[in-house]
Amino acid sequence: MEINHTEFKRCDVVKVSGRVDSSTAPRLAEKINEITDAGRFRIVLDLQDLDFISSAGLRVLIGAQKTCKRYNRGEVVLANVQPNILSALDLAGFTPFFKIFDDTVSAVGNF
Amino acid sequence: MPTFVFPGKYESLAKIAELVQIATREFGLDSCAAYGVETAVDEACSNIIEHAYGGEDRGEIEFSYEITANSLIITLRDHGKKFKPKKIEKPKKNVPLKNRSDHGLGLYFIHQWMDEVHYDHREGYNILTLIKNKGTMS
Repeated sequence: MEINHTEFKRCDVVKVSGRVDSSTAPRLAEKINEITDAGRFRIVLDLQDLDFISSAGLRVLIGAQKTCKRYNRGEVVLANVQPNILSALDLAGFTPFFKIFDDTVSAVGNF
Repeated sequence: MPTFVFPGKYESLAKIAELVQIATREFGLDSCAAYGVETAVDEACSNIIEHAYGGEDRGEIEFSYEITANSLIITLRDHGKKFKPKKIEKPKKNVPLKNRSDHGLGLYFIHQWMDEVHYDHREGYNILTLIKNKGTMS
C-alpha cells in the first residue's frame, strides 16, 4: 500500500494505492488520524489505484467518517472508486455513508 | 493438490492473495468474481490470525487449491483455537452512521462471495473449505 497526502487550503487529498488489508490498514488509519489530529476534517480519498480493500480497510474508512462528521465539522468523500472496490463498499452497506465522485477535481470542489 | 505454508502474520496476506489470483485466473473467473474470492480468502486468513491464533506469529496457515471442471476449491488449515461459527448477520442498512457496527463483516463477506463455505475440525486442525463454482454470479 502507498499513501500520498496533499494538503489543500480547504481539504486534504489522500491517494491510497495497492492493497489495504489487515497488514496495511493500521498505516492508513495512522495517516488519517494525523490529519484529523491537526484539526482538518475535510478529506478526499482518491481510490483510483486501490487494488484491494478488506473489511479491516473498510473499518478505517467508516471510523474516519465518524470522526470527520462529528459536530458537522467535515466529512470524508471518495473519488475514482473502481468497480470491485465499490462492490465491497456496497456489500458492507457503507455506500450511503460516503459521497462518491467520478474524479478528484469534483471531490475537492465539493468542499 | 499442492499445499503452501505461510507464517500466521498479516504480512502473509499479500502473498496468499498472489496465489489466489493465480488460482482464479487458472479457473477463468471474471474480475469481479476473482476479487470476491480474494476477499473471502483474505478475510478467512485474517480471522485465523486474529481469532484462531489470537495474534501474529503463533502458528501457520496452510493454503491449497484444486480446480475441477466446475469448481475452484480452496482449503485453509490452521492449528489454532477451534473455530465456532457464529450466526452470519447481514449488515444492517438504514442505521445512522454513529450506530453502524462493523463487527462480523469479514465472515459476512466470506459467505457472500463464495458459493459454499464448510468448516471442519480434525486432528487439532481447523479446516475451512471455500468453493466458487463456474457460471454463478458473485
